[in-house]
Amino acid sequence: MLNGLWKLTWVEIKVFVREPMGVVGSLGIPVIMFVVLGRLFGPGVGSVSAAAAAAPPFNVAILAAIIIAIGAVLSLISIISIYREGGILKRLRATPLSPLTILGAHVVVKLLFTLLGMALLVLAGRRFFPGAMQVNLIKFAAALLLGTLSILSLGFVLASIVPTARFAQPLGAAVLYPMLAVSGLFFPLERLPPVVRIVAQAFPTTHAVSLMKGVWDGSGFAAHWGDVGALILIFAVCSAISAKVFRWE
Amino acid sequence: MPTSVISVDRLGKRYGSTIAVDDVSLEVYQGEIFGLIGPNGAGKTTTMECVQGLRKPDRGVISVLSLDPQRDSSELRQRIGVQHQEAHLQKRIKVWEAVDLWSSLYRKTVDPEALLTRLGLESKRNAWFMTLSGGQKQRLFIALALIHQPEVVFLDELTTGLDPQARRAIWGLITDIRAQGTTVFLTTHLMEEAERLCDRVAIIEHGRMLEMGTPADLVQKHCPERRVVFTSEGPGLAERLKEVPAIQSIASDGSTHTLRGEGDDFVTDVISAIASVGIRVRGFRTEIPTLEDVFLKLTGHGIRD
Repeated sequence: MLNGLWKLTWVEIKVFVREPMGVVGSLGIPVIMFVVLGRLFGPGVGSVSAAAAAAPPFNVAILAAIIIAIGAVLSLISIISIYREGGILKRLRATPLSPLTILGAHVVVKLLFTLLGMALLVLAGRRFFPGAMQVNLIKFAAALLLGTLSILSLGFVLASIVPTARFAQPLGAAVLYPMLAVSGLFFPLERLPPVVRIVAQAFPTTHAVSLMKGVWDGSGFAAHWGDVGALILIFAVCSAISAKVFRWE
Repeated sequence: MPTSVISVDRLGKRYGSTIAVDDVSLEVYQGEIFGLIGPNGAGKTTTMECVQGLRKPDRGVISVLSLDPQRDSSELRQRIGVQHQEAHLQKRIKVWEAVDLWSSLYRKTVDPEALLTRLGLESKRNAWFMTLSGGQKQRLFIALALIHQPEVVFLDELTTGLDPQARRAIWGLITDIRAQGTTVFLTTHLMEEAERLCDRVAIIEHGRMLEMGTPADLVQKHCPERRVVFTSEGPGLAERLKEVPAIQSIASDGSTHTLRGEGDDFVTDVISAIASVGIRVRGFRTEIPTLEDVFLKLTGHGIRD
């Protein structure tokens, strides 16, 4: 059924880019934010720009990357709930397409656009902060994709419980942005209350940020196998929950 | 003996404490248009979706093309075509993209372009789904249901919400589908639609099947009375028509006369009686009961209540 997956993915890509606001929102805004905040603070820790003499409070490049990932997940939750409400999921399910293919196409689209967003980020970094982005791009992309995949699986759980399409974006944002706030990106996890610190370990954002920070610092995947394992575990658990609770109509 | 392509035996399905379908049994024969008719919420869609394999029945046995819809669902999907009630596609998918996607999913398909032409959609092939009219959307869904030359097509409330002109166009398409040898299983709450299209119908209400048969047989069985109403100034009319055996009663109101009788030959008998006794008739109409009257008789209320 690979042919079906490829066809459906290609259709979903075309359908997505035909709505310009969706593309601008999920790719343009994070990149603009990256450039503006990068001018203020420097694009990443340890690469202080001329304008900002003080040590930057957080890694702007990682923030932009994770915002792209979260944007992709919010878009996924919204699309799935709209498709469910409109009977599109039900109609696709009545074809020979497997359920996994129908949903997998959206995962592929979201991962591709996340990758595209990262490419734009790198181009913007080269243009506006020459020499500041010394990160291994392949490892950074791998960390971002793994993180996105893990957050996407959580997105499917949210898409299962959201009652109507109208609530999809607000519910997704209300869950994911607080997760980002306690992910350790803005201030170290050690400064969080103990309970929050423990709970944050269950969030995919925490491990995605930690892994990307590691790649940025050059310590790489080997030093962060715990985060990699956690992201895979969260993916497995959320996928299993989705398989149980996902509603097609 | 016609070949049975769908057989449903004592189907039962409930959602929580709501009984959606209760003990429904039916047979659909090859090459016919079979209609499941009843008001909204009667259990038509649930029955149809159990037959398609989209829902798992609580009770009963279903066989479609000798396949079990649950166990053989992937094989069944290759051989049946479906259209769902109030369905949508991606807002910005183009007509040709939808047809192209669907045709890539099946083992054998018809020529997509020829199908679009047959359904009058060739000028809309580059249009986004969201820009299509209601009738065009439904024709596209018919195209998607027919792309793989299915042996059975399921159409759920296909013409609901369409204007009369679009509805008539769709009716023409459905009879074309049957003419090509495809069995059609449809649901509708429009009695006129059922009467026009269906070879046989099953009337369903509150999840229970009330009747099944050809529209003509059901009318004959439950509402056999026919009426002829005509206007004539002639005096002593009742006397002159009294001897005609087919006429069971005559009611006159001034120059308007209503004759009641039963059976297919009643109208013919009245016409020949009028001609033979030489009454001068100014106006003449017949009142033949329809499926709507049958439904009213069986349920005690109209279908739109």
